[in-house]
Amino acid sequence: MAKFARDLIFPLIAVVAAFIVGGILILLVGDNPIVAYRLLLGSALSWPDGIGYTLFHATPLIFTGLAVLVGFRCGLFNIGVEGQLYVAAFATAWVGITWADRSAWLLVPFCFLAAILAGAIWGAIPGVLKAYFGSHEVINTIMLNFIAVALVSYLTQYHYREPGDPILQSSPIGWGAHIARLGKFIPGLPERIPLNLAFLLALLCCALVYLFLWRTKWGYEIRATGSNPSAAEYGGISIRKQIVLAMAVSGALAGMVGINEVMGYRYRYYDGFSDNYGFTGIAVALLGRNHPVGVILAALLFAVLQHGGIYVDGFSEHITKDIVQVLQGIIILFVAAEAFFRWSLGRFGFRSLRA
Amino acid sequence: MLQLRQITKRFGDVLANDQVDIVVKPGTIHAIVGENGAGKSTAMRIAYGFYTADSGQILVDGQVREIKSPHDAIALGIGMVHQHFMLVEDMTVAENIVLGAEPGTPLSLDLKSAAAQIRQLSEEFKLAVNPNEPVEHLSVGQQQRVELLKALYRHARLLILDEPTAVLTPLEVEEFFTILRRMREQGKTVIIITHKLSEVLAISDEVTVMRDGKVVGWVQTKDTSAAELARMMVGREVLLRVEKPDAKVGSPQLEVRNLSVVANDGTKRVNGVSFEVRSGEIVGVAGVEGNGQTELMEALAGLIDPSRLTGETIFAGKNINGVGARRRRELGIAHIPEDRHRRGLLLDFSLAENAILGVHYRPPIAALAGNIFLDEGAIQRRANEIIKAFDVRPPNAALPARALSGGNQQKLIIGREYHVDPKLLLVSQPTRGVDIGAIEFIHQQLVKLRDDGCAILLVSAELEEVTSLSDRLLVIHEGKIAGEVDPRVATMEEIGLLMTRGH
Amino acid sequence: MRDVFTWSLVASTIRLATPLILAALGGLFSERSGVINIALEGKMLAGAFTAAAVTYAADVEFGMGNASPWVGLLAGMLAGLFIAAIYAISCIKFKADQVVSGAAINILMLGIPAFLSGALFLSSGSTPQLPKDHLLPQSPYVIAVAVGVLVAATWYVIYKTPFGLRLRSVGEKPEAADAAGVSVSKMRYWGVLLAGVLAGMGGAYLSIGQSSLFTRNMTSGRGFIALAALIFGKWRPVQTLLACLLFGFTEAVSIQMQGAVKLPSGENIPVQFIHMVPYVLTIVVLAGFIGSSRPPRALGIPYQKEK
Repeated sequence: MAKFARDLIFPLIAVVAAFIVGGILILLVGDNPIVAYRLLLGSALSWPDGIGYTLFHATPLIFTGLAVLVGFRCGLFNIGVEGQLYVAAFATAWVGITWADRSAWLLVPFCFLAAILAGAIWGAIPGVLKAYFGSHEVINTIMLNFIAVALVSYLTQYHYREPGDPILQSSPIGWGAHIARLGKFIPGLPERIPLNLAFLLALLCCALVYLFLWRTKWGYEIRATGSNPSAAEYGGISIRKQIVLAMAVSGALAGMVGINEVMGYRYRYYDGFSDNYGFTGIAVALLGRNHPVGVILAALLFAVLQHGGIYVDGFSEHITKDIVQVLQGIIILFVAAEAFFRWSLGRFGFRSLRA
Repeated sequence: MLQLRQITKRFGDVLANDQVDIVVKPGTIHAIVGENGAGKSTAMRIAYGFYTADSGQILVDGQVREIKSPHDAIALGIGMVHQHFMLVEDMTVAENIVLGAEPGTPLSLDLKSAAAQIRQLSEEFKLAVNPNEPVEHLSVGQQQRVELLKALYRHARLLILDEPTAVLTPLEVEEFFTILRRMREQGKTVIIITHKLSEVLAISDEVTVMRDGKVVGWVQTKDTSAAELARMMVGREVLLRVEKPDAKVGSPQLEVRNLSVVANDGTKRVNGVSFEVRSGEIVGVAGVEGNGQTELMEALAGLIDPSRLTGETIFAGKNINGVGARRRRELGIAHIPEDRHRRGLLLDFSLAENAILGVHYRPPIAALAGNIFLDEGAIQRRANEIIKAFDVRPPNAALPARALSGGNQQKLIIGREYHVDPKLLLVSQPTRGVDIGAIEFIHQQLVKLRDDGCAILLVSAELEEVTSLSDRLLVIHEGKIAGEVDPRVATMEEIGLLMTRGH
Repeated sequence: MRDVFTWSLVASTIRLATPLILAALGGLFSERSGVINIALEGKMLAGAFTAAAVTYAADVEFGMGNASPWVGLLAGMLAGLFIAAIYAISCIKFKADQVVSGAAINILMLGIPAFLSGALFLSSGSTPQLPKDHLLPQSPYVIAVAVGVLVAATWYVIYKTPFGLRLRSVGEKPEAADAAGVSVSKMRYWGVLLAGVLAGMGGAYLSIGQSSLFTRNMTSGRGFIALAALIFGKWRPVQTLLACLLFGFTEAVSIQMQGAVKLPSGENIPVQFIHMVPYVLTIVVLAGFIGSSRPPRALGIPYQKEK
């Protein structure tokens, strides 16, 4: 129980502290933080737009948060989620375009597979480099992000753009590759809101990631490697395999962002579509304390902010939607420096929380 | 010169120093002796400012001083040579020696004058080194000289030496003692931490004995004997003999032929070792630590990359060269590693999760759908069986392994390894950092396993442990088997000679 | 390829490499002391924005004219210093994960400059244009000399002063430095703070040297290229300089060629592939395919005495 309380209290403190610091910033530039925060948070509660869009925004963040989580549980920092999701989204579109006239029964599974496999492969590259060449995954994933962005941008520009299209985007995918928007099933939710089946897939993935990590032998091996690689090796676990496996699974989860984006939202590949989903995934995983349930909660929070950001942009004089990025950064910084809170809480007499 | 007064230091639940009082007189060589984990190093690290005491005082030259960092200690004329040398490998000798006390101005590092000064010091104390040599090219003995010079260069009046002879050959030890006596003649004070009683008697003027974090005695060396010191160290009559029936030896389980392990730096840590272990016997390996025991055991457990191994390993009549750790476990080789925190346990995992390490992927632990899923019930059952059979406390399988004391952690590991009914058990330092009660229990269990027909290969730095448990005793020196003795008749001197001279 | 090597290409290589060199030298100080610096990007952004904003203010509000870019440069360096201080306290005092904190700084700095420009200048995340004659010098000669002096100074400090010796020892084996009486935290603070100043300077050159205003996310990954150059340069000043020049050259080529580089054989190399060069090289070098690049041994590990 104490552990549960602690798991909850530090993320909460980090969020509240971030809002306080953000509020001070807003005051400094001459706006009213209460008004700003009402715009930022309040807009998410309206039905159907607020809730619909918030859940839509949460979808990629759940995927990327899970991706970062799986890496962390193996002791790996996957900063490469951004690159993995770009490659995967493009692969999804590629299948959707190349076999555009096939039926949904064929096209949907193959597009799914394309997203998952492309993400997994792009993720496995730094895994292999770490496992077999000893180079640090943080550097390699950063480098691979830039390579991925350049690569898909090249492919889009030179090979998959419709002639004469001024926007850097691919031609549309076939109808058979579209997945339904949830508005189709939920009364009162218009289909113009791009919330789609990928959201349910994201929730399913949370459950699957939980099962995988905590209820299968493979998850055990990944976590053992993350917890103490020497002991894992002693227990007959191949660390190299776990590193590659974890990075591949992480990449696959990142890749599913492509399903939401290409099959459920734009129905084509749009260059530069990701609103820093990969990096926000780091924040989501950390704030969610590397647990699938935490990831859902954290993804919802950041989705609320992202959605609210648009309103802030429109309706306040001085502040822009950049406040969202600011809050995110402060939250991660505070989560990272948990020791800071332990220390300051300790100083104010909450010694029981220092452990 | 130095006085520790009522020093207390806690690491988590472990009381490393409990109201420790030590007085070191100027111009003497003062030995601090005690078993592993008695708190000797902790006390001296506090004196050097590496740790800060929870309570108590440090007096230097009769005055209470606050030593918050090594920087403070150095300023007070204290130098320390750590057991694991504190040298930056890819810097030169001179760079290492002047680090933190550089000659020249802040804008220019004057390594030339430093080198001259170092040469002069090495003349004076007969500590020959080449100032311009990178430290990574030096032998262990030379590195120790660099450490001594580092302290002397900072004008240390008091030198604290932590287990300085552990890495030296007997000949080097003699030389080293000559150096220490020379330092004493020059008016320096020396503290030497050791657990080797012969050395204490040979070199020191006074002795402080520690046990379980407390000081239990302070004597003049000339008034004491090895037996008395040993009694104080251990706290009871030494020479604990394990009661065991004669071994009923069966067929060879493990045959090792000409096995070598090559380290990354190209040196052979294990060098052409051959021996066999038969079922129903305990074969002990005695030796000064760092003579290849670790590598030998890891190689046999399948934890060393086959590309670094040569020679043959035969288990139950089959060649298992190149067979990995998992397959070796499946064949019936269990392993109790020397470092339980690094190798043996997943400290953040629960006892239950630790109890299945190594068998987590096969039935009955893994079940359903092609044995993918972990069977929670089977895990709990296994964990509780181990906890019960080996009296692991507290008996709560949901606790993280980190929450257990050293002895209980060790019992958990032993229980786990016994649970697979091994044909061969590789066991290193089974009782390191384990309380007395648990030690006896662990010893009994090892004998019991032997009597059930398991072949056991035992490595221990505790000479007594390894002689009293083993049926046959191999002595290892610099990666080679220096000899085999019958532990029932061999004398400590005989074994000690083999351990240090190698023939 | 003959027509590729023109004088203007050399000049623009030097100009484009300058922010990289500054940031990479900063990264060198930090990483040699054992603190990973993936936050170079964020520090550059802080420097770029602050320099542009302060130069504008100095120019327009206070009429400082020609002196204003220098005031801006100083402000940019201070901004880098400030961000570095936050990073340093989090990583050194509170022993937070260096990569996580670095990522946090980067995300934060994607937001704050844009947020402040939006609020202060009522824009969509950029600062007002500065007059062309109130910018930092852009003559390749002047920059080349300045950068050369800086690299030489860095080399000297790292290898020829007590400070450098201590810094390196702390990055290689902090416990040895500690035992020798060197304060590990103090050296790491120095390393990280110097990185902040230099990265801030690099950012400032981007906004008030190469261009004449700050725009949202104007570094677009240059902090990471600087990090790549540092690794490619094996954490050594001169090699890092060469790596930065190489990466600056690839950028110059891609700008000059506007889209695609024509090979003599008539084939085009799309600009995206030129963009990839620094990143691919870094991966290749780090994996040990071309020589090996060994990071300082204690890189990324918080120093804890009592375990």
